[in-house]
Amino acid sequence: MPVSTTSSRAVYDALKASGVRLMSALPETWLVHLIRMAEEDPEMTLVRLAKEEEGVGISAGAHLAGVRSAMLMQNHGFLASINGIVSCAQLYHIPLLMLISYRGEFGERDPWQTEGGGVTEDVLRALRIPFSSLDRVDQVAPRIAKAQTLALSANKPVALLLCRDLMWEEA
Amino acid sequence: MKRLDALRGIYAHLEDRVVVTIMGAVAAELQSLGHRPNFFYLQHAMGLASSMGLGIALSKPERQVIVFDGDGSILMNLGGLTTLARYRPRNLVHVVFDNESLLSVGGFPTATATGSDLAGIAAAAGIPRTATVSTLDAFTRAFEDALGAGDLTTIVAKVEAVGPSAYVTDLSLLENRFQFSRSLRS
Repeated sequence: MPVSTTSSRAVYDALKASGVRLMSALPETWLVHLIRMAEEDPEMTLVRLAKEEEGVGISAGAHLAGVRSAMLMQNHGFLASINGIVSCAQLYHIPLLMLISYRGEFGERDPWQTEGGGVTEDVLRALRIPFSSLDRVDQVAPRIAKAQTLALSANKPVALLLCRDLMWEEA
Repeated sequence: MKRLDALRGIYAHLEDRVVVTIMGAVAAELQSLGHRPNFFYLQHAMGLASSMGLGIALSKPERQVIVFDGDGSILMNLGGLTTLARYRPRNLVHVVFDNESLLSVGGFPTATATGSDLAGIAAAAGIPRTATVSTLDAFTRAFEDALGAGDLTTIVAKVEAVGPSAYVTDLSLLENRFQFSRSLRS
């Protein structure tokens, strides 16, 4: 499976460096290495979800208890989480670090991913969620660190889009 | 059984425990008995109170966490019961007040009014301890047993579909949020 191990490791290490100790996740192809890294790390609490919106509640609880967390999900999982993001995280000013695999961009071969890909950025803008894309491995550490800083200072959700050029190594 | 009486019956046990409630009648009634800094009322995001309780229970394993949920809310996050069961926080007691209706929005019946069994669903999801109770004595006994059991418990308390005259209280959402967080972190 040509999911980039190098990029996944860079993302994981940056999350750890930014203090993340709890991750919620719902598996998707591009996230397999990240989820495995969380699973194998004794310092990380990994919560596997049935549906992504649960992760908003779990992260909110962790934050109120003083634990930094991150949500790993596909953009369709982000779309499925919107009410939780708005009426838990935004309503209560909860910092939420969301790592969203950005399926359906240029290069997408799976027809079923293409609609969600087309609306992801517009939905993030409509929700006034600050976001940035990760296309190259050298962007990963600084942008994750800065995203975490903003989430914590503003007490609000922020998103990083894990893009095809970062996550997928064409065979 | 009235939900307010059920809450009154166990209120003394909540003093030192972390409490998360859903919105509406549960939040207003618990506040009417006396707000505490260790109580958080999730005044929206229906379904996520149990997920929030899980996040707190995993982050604060030394504290006992009580979630007061409702039938309408948990029906929006039945998958979350499987997540609760999977991580089985032994410091979490999950109470579902089941009045078989969406009381605050016109009293329309939920699926529990036509036989859906929430304790059965919780047990089938893998929650190790479950019970359905419909009298005040049975409720307080089940709650006290759960506190002593040291394992994840879901108690479905069948209550009358009556609530307070008003749902908005003078506690602002953000005041509650920051006070609660400070109390949890201290």
